[in-house]
Amino acid sequence: MLRPDLEIIQQWIAPGSRVLDLGCGDGELLAHLSSEKQVEGYGLEINHDNITACVEKGVSVIEQDIDNGLASIRDNSFDTVVMTQALQTMHRPDQIVDEMLRIGRESIVTFPNFAHWRARFYLAFRGRMPVSKFLPYTWYNTPNIHFCTFDDFERLCVERNIRILERTVVDHTLRDRWWIRLWPNMLGEIAIYRITR
Amino acid sequence: MPTEIPADSVGLVTPQTLHFDTPLALTCGRVLESYDLVIETYGELNADASNAVLICHALSGHAHAAGYHSMEDRKPGWWDSAIGPGKPIDTNRFFVVALNNLGGCHGSTGPRSINPDTGKPYGPDFPIVTVKDWVNSQVRLADRLGVRQWAAIIGGSLGGMQAMQWAIDYPDRVRHCVVIASAPKLSAQNIAFNEVARQAISKDPQFHEGHYYEHEVVPKTGLALARMVGHITYLSDDGMREKFGRELRAGKLSFDFNNPQFEVESYLQYQGERFSTSFDANTYLLMTKALDYFDPAADYDHDLVRALSHATCRFLVIAFTTDWRFSPARSREIVDALVAARKPVSYAEIDSAHGHDAFLIPSPRYMETFAAYMNRVAAEAPADAQGEVQHAAS
Repeated sequence: MLRPDLEIIQQWIAPGSRVLDLGCGDGELLAHLSSEKQVEGYGLEINHDNITACVEKGVSVIEQDIDNGLASIRDNSFDTVVMTQALQTMHRPDQIVDEMLRIGRESIVTFPNFAHWRARFYLAFRGRMPVSKFLPYTWYNTPNIHFCTFDDFERLCVERNIRILERTVVDHTLRDRWWIRLWPNMLGEIAIYRITR
Repeated sequence: MPTEIPADSVGLVTPQTLHFDTPLALTCGRVLESYDLVIETYGELNADASNAVLICHALSGHAHAAGYHSMEDRKPGWWDSAIGPGKPIDTNRFFVVALNNLGGCHGSTGPRSINPDTGKPYGPDFPIVTVKDWVNSQVRLADRLGVRQWAAIIGGSLGGMQAMQWAIDYPDRVRHCVVIASAPKLSAQNIAFNEVARQAISKDPQFHEGHYYEHEVVPKTGLALARMVGHITYLSDDGMREKFGRELRAGKLSFDFNNPQFEVESYLQYQGERFSTSFDANTYLLMTKALDYFDPAADYDHDLVRALSHATCRFLVIAFTTDWRFSPARSREIVDALVAARKPVSYAEIDSAHGHDAFLIPSPRYMETFAAYMNRVAAEAPADAQGEVQHAAS
């Protein structure tokens, strides 16, 4: 069973395409895409255990810190560049999105929504940075240094002439729920965007 | 000396000498009419000859990669840390072949061998051999052993260069290519260090233009100096600080030039001395030239992507953080070209204080990554072997 958000993402990837997964974790998505869709994929990763897990799965994984840039990768060398749950950890998320759309025709990004009602409630009534089971860090040790809301991200897309092809908003179990669509920026916890230029 | 052979050792091994009679045309234009290659093998070749792994050696390597020649041996083969039962190159699963390359001084035909045209040792007249020539000779070796396609070709440093050349020149004969602490070609700095080594050897009064065998002398001073310079490039600044610091042998400065005073001086002198009595100076010159000349992209308008686009195998590239001889950036050149050429490649950059030498040292993450990759190599059945199984079933 593929993780629910990866299941949504894999549906957006065409068979036989070339995919780069930024922060590919243990290679679950790429292994699935390779066996089910004959996708030619590479993952970038810095966690040593994840790299070993990818190698064990036969996933092509390259040890590289995305924060150091993607300059070594040529323009338009991928059909889709994927980044799940890492945008908010980047030093410059805007530059990474630009880079993703330079090296890939399309990109799929997922990130948590800082405007989710629970986060708003936490900040409004406790007056402190939200800590949850899903995002368990405190402000000083969190890897999530650039939180944004869905509306913030869509604003960035407008400013940078990025077209949003698809968007799915899910809850913290990474599942698509009908009621989230009523007010995504309040009710959604994680968004999955498919974007292009 | 092993009092008993460790359980994860290939045990006692015996080198074999294979003679080849078919003339080998070399890159330099000359032809070797016949030659010997010394090899060692570990493990068993399986029925469909699909589990063979070739080990390519670096500058001063040879065919004795693993195990012991006798119970009196002080040390096992040069890559015993990676080759053996349960080790990354697992001899329970792979048939491992290690050789001494042409031009070597450990049994294969080289400058010390007798030139059939003159009846005297080749000496400096031994032709300059290149990585391509070595690969061509290794192809003949594969044919002789009945290996149509290597499960993997593996090498560190200059050995990694041979693995890459195989992938480019004989794509259908290799399924996996493991390139460790290597580079797509030497930099000016690399060549400069090699030139210092060559100058040290050729300026030694005992060198006699390479004809020292006839004078029954050895250019020991030059060869030792060459090795000392080389050795420094194999270590890292951090590693040397850790190992030697500024430790003094006698505890105080002696204010003279006579004896080594710092530990590092004494270590280098010892390494140089030991090497100069066990290695051949003409071979050293040849090996450094093979390094300098290696540039597979040169055959493809200096486009490494085009060169590597011929490959059909999968790649594992490994580099070490403190290696400044072939730094991680050099391995990244290989990786980036492979990605641009749309070839499957995994890359790991291993933290190590051991500089270039790290490829011979079994650090945990290095061995873990290497073993994980080799497990995949062992687990997958080659395409044509699967075909044979289907034939047998039908």
